[in-house]
Amino acid sequence: MAALDLVTPVLSGGGTWRFPANEPLRLDSGGVIEGLEVAYQTYGQLNADKSNAVLICHALTMDQYVASPHPTTGKPGWWPRLVGPGKPLDPARHFIICSNVVGGCMGSTGPASTNPATGRPYGLSFPVITIGDMVRAQAMLVTALGVDTLFAVVGGSMGGMQVQQWAVDYPERMSSAVILASASRHSAQNIAFHEVGRQAIMADPDWRGGAYADHGVRPEKGLAVARMAAHITYLSEPALQRKFGRELQRDGLSWGFDADFQVESYLRHQGSSFVDRFDANSYLYITRAMDYFDIAASHGGVLANAFTRARHVRFCVLSFSSDWLYPTAENRHVVRALTAAGARAAFAEIESDKGHDAFLLDEPVMDAALEGFLASAERDRGLV
Amino acid sequence: MTNTVIREDFREILRLVRPGSRVLDVGCGEGALLDLLAHEKQVDARGLELSASGVAACMARGLSVVQGDADLDLDHFPDRSFDYAVLSQTLQATRKPRHVLDELLRIADRAIVSFPNFGHWRVRWSLLSRGRMPETKALPLPWWSTPNIHLCTLADFMALTADLNLRVDASAAFAGQGPARSMDPASALENWRSETCLFMLSRNGVPASKELPPASGDLFDG
Repeated sequence: MAALDLVTPVLSGGGTWRFPANEPLRLDSGGVIEGLEVAYQTYGQLNADKSNAVLICHALTMDQYVASPHPTTGKPGWWPRLVGPGKPLDPARHFIICSNVVGGCMGSTGPASTNPATGRPYGLSFPVITIGDMVRAQAMLVTALGVDTLFAVVGGSMGGMQVQQWAVDYPERMSSAVILASASRHSAQNIAFHEVGRQAIMADPDWRGGAYADHGVRPEKGLAVARMAAHITYLSEPALQRKFGRELQRDGLSWGFDADFQVESYLRHQGSSFVDRFDANSYLYITRAMDYFDIAASHGGVLANAFTRARHVRFCVLSFSSDWLYPTAENRHVVRALTAAGARAAFAEIESDKGHDAFLLDEPVMDAALEGFLASAERDRGLV
Repeated sequence: MTNTVIREDFREILRLVRPGSRVLDVGCGEGALLDLLAHEKQVDARGLELSASGVAACMARGLSVVQGDADLDLDHFPDRSFDYAVLSQTLQATRKPRHVLDELLRIADRAIVSFPNFGHWRVRWSLLSRGRMPETKALPLPWWSTPNIHLCTLADFMALTADLNLRVDASAAFAGQGPARSMDPASALENWRSETCLFMLSRNGVPASKELPPASGDLFDG
């Protein structure tokens, strides 16, 4: 793809990039998306030798607002521990890029976007997308932003899947990689939980076969249930117990099905606030992309073979001891494949009772490890 | 083992390792040796460490260290991916020392191995006179809390290297707080007097890329 002639400061800060008609996104499923739009945010400036760019890949329910207020919720960015002044990724030193994935609902082309062929929202006519498609679109955006090689590609959970895909598809375009609380493929249990979420959405009468936008409704109840089920998988039993135990909402039981327990009202709140910022069909498509993700499968069933072109990349993989969604064994599987491929990998299991979400939370050991890794990778790259 | 012994151990390893080479330190702890190798010998230093706190400390220092177990994780490294594999005071704590030693010389051209010699006179004396498991400077913990499960003597180790068809490229001994001294590993006397032993080993038949180390001084200075 020819680099687009763009001046970086124009794009700095972010917006939506619409790719020209002669640059369609070619999908793993065989389809194409013409006039692809990718919404993104940037922080900091690209340096003179274009060596300080960092791509942050977001998780399933996140978006491009990694370090700036979310336009819907007003909450500050979702990864303040990693990105910000004085943080391991600092806009004063790094050119930080975060884009909304293809299929998402925060400005990138997704099932809620208008299908140019019909003039109506895609709905289920949106093509099935993969993690590979998301990464291909990111690579096009990175090129459009004038960046050839990224100093680092960083992500947790689904973001960590994208980082692995980058290492498979574009290893020559990156010098270091951070993979947190992730896996090289979904287990049957992962797929099972996602299926519960999808079925909840599709069972909502307001889903209308995916064409709810045409009817001016939204399957809010189904999406909220999907979020509630998923949210449990992001936490750990000890964390839930510590936060809520069996504490009641009020004096005594309702002898009915109101939210008697605090954990019930917490989950209801998680579900209802999620529907304000997320699209139900996007949830279907992105969870499907995660279920289909299987790097080894496309490399003769041997994960190490997938990473052989990434030998020069420095990797940092971190898992969390109480993460039962992407447990340490799944992360270690990735590390062993990287090692067997001859790549330079650092790996630690961080002791935490916060479950899968630990990578977004207060974990000083993780902070120190990431800071050390990124600082050393910066020295390798000649940034400091 | 005391810090002084570790320091002498590291000093000897630093002397043996070629500048700019690729080194894997198995059981690297908080990365003290890796840090020395990286800064004093410009080594491409990597580590394998069992403890989470050790790995986290290494990462915070910017070292490439994988949390893992020598008994299980050496298998995942490709053949000859390192110039040296270091096993400092760890062999006796592995479940499968023979396998670990064999693996070290699959993934690296040279293995640098140090271990406390159970044939040292203090150990023999302690066992003979008191009839108790020895607690010495090199073996400081009581039997029920020591991580060491496969202790051996210098003579035992030499028998294992012969069994694995390994060549001794360098050997050194440490006693008390003294500096390293070269030793003849076949000598019965050394099996009495060496508190801690250190070897550089290679496979018989693999050509040495450097000459054997002289008795003292930095091999690679000048």
